[in-house]
Amino acid sequence: MINTETETAVTVSKKYFDVNKIREDFPILRKKVHNKNLVYLDNAATTQKPEFVINKINEYYTTMNSNIHRGVHALSQTATEAYERARIQIKQFINALGKNQIIFTRGTTEAINLVASSYGRANIKEGDEIIISHMEHHSNIVPWQLLCKEKNAKLRIIPINDNGELIFKEFEKLVNEKTKFISVVYVSNSLGTINPVKRIINYAHQFNIPVLLDGAQAVNHLKVDVQDLDCDFLAFSGHKIYGPTGIGALYGKVELLDAMPPYMGGGDMISKVTFEETTYNELPHKFEAGTPDIAGAIGLGAAIEYVSNIGIENIIEHETSLLEYSTKQVSEIPGLKIIGDAKEKAGVLSFVLENIHPHDIGTLLDFEGVAIRTGHHCTQPLMQRFNIPATSRASFAMYNTKEEIDVLVNGLKKTIKVFG
Amino acid sequence: MDSELKELYQQVILDHNKSPKNFRVIENATRHAEGYNPLCGDRIDVYMNITDGVVDDISFKGEGCAISKASASLMTSVLKGKRKEEAEKLFEKFHDLVTGKLGEKPDTDELGKLAVFAGVQEFPVRVKCASLAWHTMINALNNKTVKVTTE
Repeated sequence: MINTETETAVTVSKKYFDVNKIREDFPILRKKVHNKNLVYLDNAATTQKPEFVINKINEYYTTMNSNIHRGVHALSQTATEAYERARIQIKQFINALGKNQIIFTRGTTEAINLVASSYGRANIKEGDEIIISHMEHHSNIVPWQLLCKEKNAKLRIIPINDNGELIFKEFEKLVNEKTKFISVVYVSNSLGTINPVKRIINYAHQFNIPVLLDGAQAVNHLKVDVQDLDCDFLAFSGHKIYGPTGIGALYGKVELLDAMPPYMGGGDMISKVTFEETTYNELPHKFEAGTPDIAGAIGLGAAIEYVSNIGIENIIEHETSLLEYSTKQVSEIPGLKIIGDAKEKAGVLSFVLENIHPHDIGTLLDFEGVAIRTGHHCTQPLMQRFNIPATSRASFAMYNTKEEIDVLVNGLKKTIKVFG
Repeated sequence: MDSELKELYQQVILDHNKSPKNFRVIENATRHAEGYNPLCGDRIDVYMNITDGVVDDISFKGEGCAISKASASLMTSVLKGKRKEEAEKLFEKFHDLVTGKLGEKPDTDELGKLAVFAGVQEFPVRVKCASLAWHTMINALNNKTVKVTTE
């Protein structure tokens, strides 16, 4: 359990990882789809929620619902404490130095937009260059495109090889005196590639270039330590780590966040307002205008507590074994090609079947109770790189089992029989 | 296969998916339009030759799922020799069929072999797959050069 007072990290020993016991914590896994047991393999899109998280959200609305930060009454104080406790839980989870470095956002997308709008508008000038990679989610492409258009700056793209790995040498070549910002995905949602972000950050910092990490697929699959990584910003979403949708967080270095202008104006982000002038509130409140998703934040805190109790190391070990097993099993299917076989990979198995469109695969698997994602996964430039319109993607979470992968593989064999 | 699934993937559809009819480019076609479904990345090009208001020749190229490919294949074979107005009327009828407006047991006299797409109505996310070729054909028919997108 996370101890918010003394901040001790607790590691759970391996023997406590029991996937069947974990499955009991997730009510939706008992659901039937088309009269089959649900096999939920669309975790890169969103993860399911444990009862622990659902109950915490319920508890908030049934026992402490009120607005935070300014109320003097009892409920408001309880709600404020619960909301701020969630911030501390996130701080500990990613090993940030201070809780004022954690800004609640609606998710990864808003966190990236916050940095692009606030830091970007204040610091990026005409002729400057921003570097992203070829495997970014649209949410880490479009905000920078908008900024570049506004400032007449240039977006540069780190190329990837056929295995779906960033070409580090090419990245080094892209960095020059015009480079003013780098924003890269930590773990690719389409390929599962774990990028060498520490190396990227090290290299960028030699030239004092700040780096943002899109951690949407990282915090749930890896141990993320912002001090060890030395990243300048980290963005992630609650719903990909067993928390609710509509909540996420931005971590930033204090000196950068402090110097940044507000992203949105409104209540809670100010310390004094007159019609002539406004003094902004201190971090992190400067960036949290308006009543936030209080229940969502509490839900995210609960999700992190749940994950910490299971132990991220245990989750990594389990998911790695699922990825290895599934890779081996699907490799034996004739006509199947895995898209993205990076050496460092987490949680995602993307593939195409010869002459069978991913949409047809998705529909047939659905009737086997198997939920996978088919499409471009919001990474259209990546699909163009591999010259494919779409892939089928199975993505794993702590509650998935090898038996479920067998159901997937059998479903794929059936699909080939129908369309082959 | 589950019965609902069998309704969607009828043998005729599977056959047309495997060996689509009129799957070629018409060089120097008098009409051409491009269709795109950003949801699944499907792309289609429809080519037509119209003489005196009659579809002399029609073909398609592109990639897509079984439903969209079979739909384009059947559409092209049905429309050959039809008048422009007939093609437009069939489009409406087909659209009503896949969106469920004709009910579960539609009167298929006018639709003929297009009736195999009745199962699509049970799969709302697949309606766009079935109708992409038709939307693109209508644009080609009306000489619209704008790219059709189903989103």
